Amino acid sequence: MDDHITLAHGSGGVKYRELVEEIFLHAFTNDYLSPLTDSAILPGGDILAMTTDSYVVQPLFFPGGDIGSLAISGTVNDLTVSGAIPQYISVGMILEAGLETSLLRSVVNSMAQTAKEAGVYIVTGDTKVIENRGGSDGLFINTAGIGIFPAQRVRPQQIIEPGDKIILSGYIACHGMAVMAKREGFVFAPPIESDAKPLNSLVETVFSQGYPVHAMRDPTRGGVAATLCEWVTEQTDILVEEPCIPLRPDVSAACQLLGLDPLYIANEGIVVFAVPAFCADDVLATIQSHPHGTHAAIIGEALEGSGMVKLKTTLGAQRRIALPRGELLPRIC
Amino acid sequence: MNHSVSELIQGIHRLARGLPPMTIMEVCGTHTACIQKHGIPSLLPDNITLVSGPGCPVCVTAEEEIAQAIFMARQQGVIFTCFGDMMRVPCQQGSLYALYEQGKEVRLVTSPMDALKIAIDNPSKQVVYFGVGFETTTPHTAALAEAVAAQSIPNLCVFNTHKTMPAAIRQLLQKNHALDGLLCPGHVASVIGWEAFSFVSQDLHLPAVVAGFEAFDILAALLRLVDMVKKQSPHCVNMYPRAVSKEGNPQALCLLHQVMEPADAAWRGLGIIQNSGVRFQQEYQFLDAGHRFTLPVFSPSKPKGCMCANILRGEKTPKACVHFGKTCTPDHPVGPCMVSSEGSCAAFYRYKEA
Repeated sequence: MDDHITLAHGSGGVKYRELVEEIFLHAFTNDYLSPLTDSAILPGGDILAMTTDSYVVQPLFFPGGDIGSLAISGTVNDLTVSGAIPQYISVGMILEAGLETSLLRSVVNSMAQTAKEAGVYIVTGDTKVIENRGGSDGLFINTAGIGIFPAQRVRPQQIIEPGDKIILSGYIACHGMAVMAKREGFVFAPPIESDAKPLNSLVETVFSQGYPVHAMRDPTRGGVAATLCEWVTEQTDILVEEPCIPLRPDVSAACQLLGLDPLYIANEGIVVFAVPAFCADDVLATIQSHPHGTHAAIIGEALEGSGMVKLKTTLGAQRRIALPRGELLPRIC
Repeated sequence: MNHSVSELIQGIHRLARGLPPMTIMEVCGTHTACIQKHGIPSLLPDNITLVSGPGCPVCVTAEEEIAQAIFMARQQGVIFTCFGDMMRVPCQQGSLYALYEQGKEVRLVTSPMDALKIAIDNPSKQVVYFGVGFETTTPHTAALAEAVAAQSIPNLCVFNTHKTMPAAIRQLLQKNHALDGLLCPGHVASVIGWEAFSFVSQDLHLPAVVAGFEAFDILAALLRLVDMVKKQSPHCVNMYPRAVSKEGNPQALCLLHQVMEPADAAWRGLGIIQNSGVRFQQEYQFLDAGHRFTLPVFSPSKPKGCMCANILRGEKTPKACVHFGKTCTPDHPVGPCMVSSEGSCAAFYRYKEA
């Protein structure tokens, strides 16, 4: 295998075959993928969940993860929060000519590792090599994912009800701050690590106990604030207690330094649940008993209202949380 | 100083009881953001109103200067570097962010020294550093200038729009007689020393407190201000001693004076204020962007009905503006106070009481 990806690796010829076999098949191999047919033939269920996502993150590697682990976790988590059990993933790669093969191999191995951890199969894929346009490391990933619903599964309706408790499964803002710190060259010691990870096993522990989950979301872009703002309806408010929000001191300090509100920063390894009050403490205990949920907390509740997300500050005052706007930019001072 | 937060709030209520309405101005964007973030106005008695002064550096940068920045960023072979929220400020000519989206070389930096590295890495490009902000950021620009001169970097210049606080505050307090006290900017004071604000009590007979940036700091400062208003005993008090001394930061000041000297400056909404800015000393003037580019003169526009000027002077609160929350939002800011998260309109909009 050459040291760098060239346009020939996307040509469908000998080099393409080499790329597929030495890098992709080597890392992803399973019974569905190995025949290398045009479509993977898959066993499934009556009702399926399907999702797709594209990953263009810069830098490709950051503390706590890389574009590969992020792509698999993100796809797994999108299926998971719909209540499905993630099963199959497709991987489409767009590579710029000149990309170091070793870098590609690291990303692919990381995808394989994350898929293994999540118990999902990468069953089909595609690669295109484009001319180098300069300015980036030139590796983009598109995924699709399929999940199945077990026969008895009560799917979350994704509608909150007054009285529901809002549970966060872990620390907020870690992923966004890890990527931003790396991209902008801020050095924190120890570095802030991304929380990117598959959450299907955590969520499965909740479902396996039969708890009714009204709504569930992985608060990625726009952070926890965006998720909560999308949940409220014309008849419901959400009131969040600021002191209850799990926030690491180093992440909090980094946010303050850059003038950013952690509620708006992207996460890749936590879930927000809305569950009825009667079982909220039990759901919380279940989440906390999972290694990915140790720092889970009830952060607030849904109330009858008019579609507003409100935050009770540490001082006891209330302020509104609005939908995020535009790209987050660090403040001057 | 052993009060708990609730004791401070109770103390403010107790002291303010029966007093005529009073207005206290904070003149630091970070104070504004902190006050709104914690919902402090809703915890205060009705007779205390907090207004924001001209302490958001993005908001007070003159529109004509932003137009000139955009002019430079549009030139071939230029890499224009600036701080984050400066990129979004709109003017008639567009915004730096719009140029960035179009693929122009506008780069976000978080330190002037980033611009130096960019210049060294791109010797064929002219790198412009947009110097914005008060005494907190000016010494960093001075440090950049010193480094550029010492290393004889030929392709870096500074577009200097730095401003200094005391003269602007003096003018503002002289013109706005409705203010009863001043929450002085802690970051600026950490550089220039709290004594630089003693004129507020000595000459203008208003109480002034230099405060830190935790909610506790701000409430403690407000308690002290209300106490001084009640006793009609105006002093300049430093309640941020963990960061602020009487004389300030001698190293930063020394560097600042070595590279720069006082000059008049144009403030958006306030006009030209004598000795409220800085310019390069003679031997550093070659670094001034004005020496490398023929900068066109732009005239500022004032959107009809925009009250940013009154808001920056503490005469109005954002709610009084017809544009606020309707035609002027963080997505489509009409005036500068809606642009930066520190701007009083943006902070007010984002954190308005639930």
